[in-house]
Amino acid sequence: MAKTPITFTLNDAEAAVFVDPGAPLIDVLRKDVGDLTPKHGCGQGTCGACTVLIDGEAHLSCLTLAEGVEGKKIDTTAGLAGGPNLHALQDAFIRGFAAQCGFCTTGMLMAAKALLDANPNPTRADVIEAISGNLCRCTGYEPIVDAILTAAARLQGRTA
Amino acid sequence: MLSVETYQTISEAAGALGDRSRYIAGGTLVMRAVTYGDQSFDRIVRVRQVDRSISSDAAGLRIGAGATMSDVLASRDLEFLHPVARLVGGPAIRNMATIGGNLFAPNPYGDFTVALLALDAQVVMANGQSQSLESFLPGRDQVRGLVAAVIVPRIEPGSFMFSKVSRVKPKGVSLMSIAVSSKRGDPRVVFGNMAPMPMRSKGAERALANGADENAIISACSLCTEGLQPADDALATAWYRSEVAPVHLKRLLQNGGRA
Repeated sequence: MAKTPITFTLNDAEAAVFVDPGAPLIDVLRKDVGDLTPKHGCGQGTCGACTVLIDGEAHLSCLTLAEGVEGKKIDTTAGLAGGPNLHALQDAFIRGFAAQCGFCTTGMLMAAKALLDANPNPTRADVIEAISGNLCRCTGYEPIVDAILTAAARLQGRTA
Repeated sequence: MLSVETYQTISEAAGALGDRSRYIAGGTLVMRAVTYGDQSFDRIVRVRQVDRSISSDAAGLRIGAGATMSDVLASRDLEFLHPVARLVGGPAIRNMATIGGNLFAPNPYGDFTVALLALDAQVVMANGQSQSLESFLPGRDQVRGLVAAVIVPRIEPGSFMFSKVSRVKPKGVSLMSIAVSSKRGDPRVVFGNMAPMPMRSKGAERALANGADENAIISACSLCTEGLQPADDALATAWYRSEVAPVHLKRLLQNGGRA
């Protein structure tokens, strides 16, 4: 079966690839584009490790038909840092020991990014709700919630 | 080998469906099937512009089949359904999962359809024909054509309640879900995950026909599993489901589902 050409914006850069019919977006990002930040976890929408932003909204790339992202804007963890400077979320995750094995981390970061973009001043309950579709088997979640709140405060200029 | 066919309109897509094809909207059902090697279809049919509109008219509230759970949460008109949509997955799933897709979601999913059945929703097909959700559900796996929209009748404030019972907090798949529409004289009690598809509890409805006083609630709870067919699965046995269903219905009827 012939591959289908698609173009989209990935982390502010144009991407053009030929995709297999029915391929999920995560396979295209990881295998065709070489962005390994979305993780292939459960493949059924349960773990959230593959979370990316599509036109600013959190989506699961394992359940997204690649051909459906033609012309859309996709953001992954690979685009979070600005050059050598980590994003406030990444920095807070490192300083707050919010990553252990790291497998859930990129999905957590993108779920948190979607939250902070829409709600810069979230409550703890907002954060818990925002990552409720992301599983972490290491941290017990508390360091992750703390890190997201720390990052929110920093982005709002409430802390250094 | 899979193929993907893209059409401009839902009518064109409906005409292109055949025995070995699946229609994809949000992708939460179809892409999972693709990843897990489902061999029952080899064509995926999609449209470029899905109908995500939510509008209000004399017949009630029309929800385009492509509206997502997030779209429902963004609609003031559908505020009574916000507690239902909020309990579907996490934010990413809610950005993807559509109302149309939920009508076809097998157990343990499909909680939104439980609510729609309690609300006596109508299903509008792409060819313009419509039927009650109750008559649609038994044939949903053999349906020809595509769902274009769902129409939800207007309800009195406070006349609808919903509860999702899951073992994992804050979010987990349903052990069961219960929706109650308490229109006087025509109450509806619907269980999810207590049968192969969302199912009305006719026994509970009979008991509540003249109101939901304490005696009627006790009677409804004792009759609520009549006609239901719960199954064993990884979450619970059929026996357990039957034992706890009256407890959860009582909590819903007495205090909105809180223990």
